[in-house]
Amino acid sequence: MIGAMLAEAATALAANRLRSALTMLGMVIGVAAVILMLAIGYGVQRRVETSIAALGSNLLIVNSGAARTGAGIVQGTGTRPTLTLEDAEAIARLPGVLAAAPQTTTPVQVVAGPVNWATNVTSSTPAWFVVQGWFPEEGRAFSAMEERQGARVAVIGQTVARELFGAADPLGQLLRVRGVSFRVVGILPPRGQGIGGIDRDDVVVLPLTSSLRLVAGGGPFRRFVRTITVSVASPEGLPQAERAIAELLRRRHGLAPGQENDFSITNLTAVGDTFRETTGAISILLGAIGGISLVVGGIGIMNIMLVSVTERTREIGIRMAIGAPRAAVRLQFLLEALALSLVGCVAGVLLGVGLAVLASRVLPFATVVSLASVVAAFGISAAVGVFFGWWPASRAARLSPIEALRS
Amino acid sequence: MTLLSLAGIVKDYVTEAGPFRALDGIDLEVRDGELVAIMGPSGSGKSTLMNLLGCLDVPTAGRFLFSGRDVAGLREPELAQLRNRAIGFVFQQFNLLPRLSALDNVALPLVYAGWGRTQRRARARELLALVGLAAKERARPAQLSGGQQQRVAIARALVAGPRLLLADEPTGALDTRTGAEILALFRALNRERGVTVVIVTHDPGVAAATDRVVRLQDGRIVYDGPPHPALLADAGHHYEVVRA
Ligand SMILES: Nc1ncnc2c1ncn2[C@@H]1O[C@H](COP(=O)(O)OP(=O)(O)OP(=O)(O)O)[C@@H](O)[C@H]1O
Ligand SMILES: [Mg+2]
Repeated sequence: MIGAMLAEAATALAANRLRSALTMLGMVIGVAAVILMLAIGYGVQRRVETSIAALGSNLLIVNSGAARTGAGIVQGTGTRPTLTLEDAEAIARLPGVLAAAPQTTTPVQVVAGPVNWATNVTSSTPAWFVVQGWFPEEGRAFSAMEERQGARVAVIGQTVARELFGAADPLGQLLRVRGVSFRVVGILPPRGQGIGGIDRDDVVVLPLTSSLRLVAGGGPFRRFVRTITVSVASPEGLPQAERAIAELLRRRHGLAPGQENDFSITNLTAVGDTFRETTGAISILLGAIGGISLVVGGIGIMNIMLVSVTERTREIGIRMAIGAPRAAVRLQFLLEALALSLVGCVAGVLLGVGLAVLASRVLPFATVVSLASVVAAFGISAAVGVFFGWWPASRAARLSPIEALRS
Repeated sequence: MTLLSLAGIVKDYVTEAGPFRALDGIDLEVRDGELVAIMGPSGSGKSTLMNLLGCLDVPTAGRFLFSGRDVAGLREPELAQLRNRAIGFVFQQFNLLPRLSALDNVALPLVYAGWGRTQRRARARELLALVGLAAKERARPAQLSGGQQQRVAIARALVAGPRLLLADEPTGALDTRTGAEILALFRALNRERGVTVVIVTHDPGVAAATDRVVRLQDGRIVYDGPPHPALLADAGHHYEVVRA
């Protein structure tokens, strides 16, 4: 009986081809919107995940405290240097801490021969390579000895290598920073884009001692760094390490109880969690937008099914007169609603996947069409068909045979 | 054996002017294998009665037994099954589904009887052959003449092998010759297969060919007996009046 009814549903829908197509269009757009929105949502999420993973795990970022103006307006962190090299060394000796890299990053012009390149110069210790989990693949990192002695050596990223030296081998070459020459001893492997699309390969790493003196210009701040990046042994150790560092720094900076910290500590894992939550919320929002269009599509189906029931009242009467039970009448209209929504769904999935592929080309990240979203689209479409088909179908089934026949 | 048993049947229609009594105390027994004509002036309640007999409508009061079973006590699926298998209804306006072919129209009751497609089609072809339309099985109702459509409707009414065939003015829309053919078909079904036939007609010729005439007037039975010539003449007279 179901087979015969499916065939009849197809005939009924084919009899009103344009109307069926327009009704389905609502579903097509709804499903395509869901698929596309979720694909974008997943894409953003995946992108953020990679960026977070690239930040390094189990890291605490200690920043110099914010300077306050008389009015108590907080300026950016790091505007008043409070952290020293010795702070970093003391932190590194704390239990559970793997490494602590004091660092200052300054935007600077670097020069090699006739070539100029504006980049970021990071001044740090060899611990920097450890906390970043990023070691030169060609050449070497500078040593602790070189760092202490203020050796004029540099490790550079791929972008700087390409821009300054082109096809030539940068190892052993000289580059000049604020008029001082550094010899390239190592080249870092590519790391790609970070959050916000910044190029993380656009980097020059110099020994802190040499650069504090030469690059940062010395002066009263010459022993201070903006940031200390701390690598902790395990994620569980993060909160404890955070407390221990705060305690240590307060003591070292001679802060009285009740006095505010002159530094701030950021837990990158927590930052990552916040990002994840945010992108999760974005995904849900995008999915909801798609979902709303699905509901609108469903209402379109209900509308057309109601019209259909009214138009076909006589047909319903005839069917009942020759022995169709109410259940069969209801099933027939439900099947038609389902056919509308599911055929619309198939078209919508195809359209949605196509748009997602197109979006990957246009957007700065790849969209991700998940199988789950396709399965969900089918599930929801079927539910929409049943939900919005139920009322018209029940209306059809509630008719008394003789009243339906008389219409 | 009694197939249809009506006692004190009343049918009121709801109208703007209040309830309208279309049937007013009908007592009627129809035995298995009878061929009955129902006559009476327009508006006397013939169609109303047929709709009750066909289980398409329910009486306001009174008792209706179908083959000994009280129809009022049947639940909807049982009623549907009764309409599907035990009763064949031929309407004055054919009531075919315009989108379906003649064959599919005839086979439709079997869909609800749960038959498989192949058996449905074979059985429907048999019935189309019986009404002389074997060549037209693919035609849609709109491609058939009135008489052909009525024959398709008759084939559909008979396809599930009902015990009771109800026909409400089946020949009213047809010319005399086609009407006579259809009447002959009903008589043959009645004689050869023992199908009980109840037929509403204004035509004295049709009534004369039956075993029994029930005459309605204002919702009551005013005559119930053999087709009496005087009665038929009266009916004929009335028929002329209605037509005029
Ligand atoms: N649905 C309805 N609502 C209100 N009154 C109705 C309805 N159907 C029929 N009637 C009234 O009931 C009476 C009987 O109608 P019915 O159709 O049974 O007559 P009939 O004998 O079949 O007439 P005809 O020979 O013209 O077909 C008529 O007076 C009619 O106006
Ligand atoms: Mg009538």
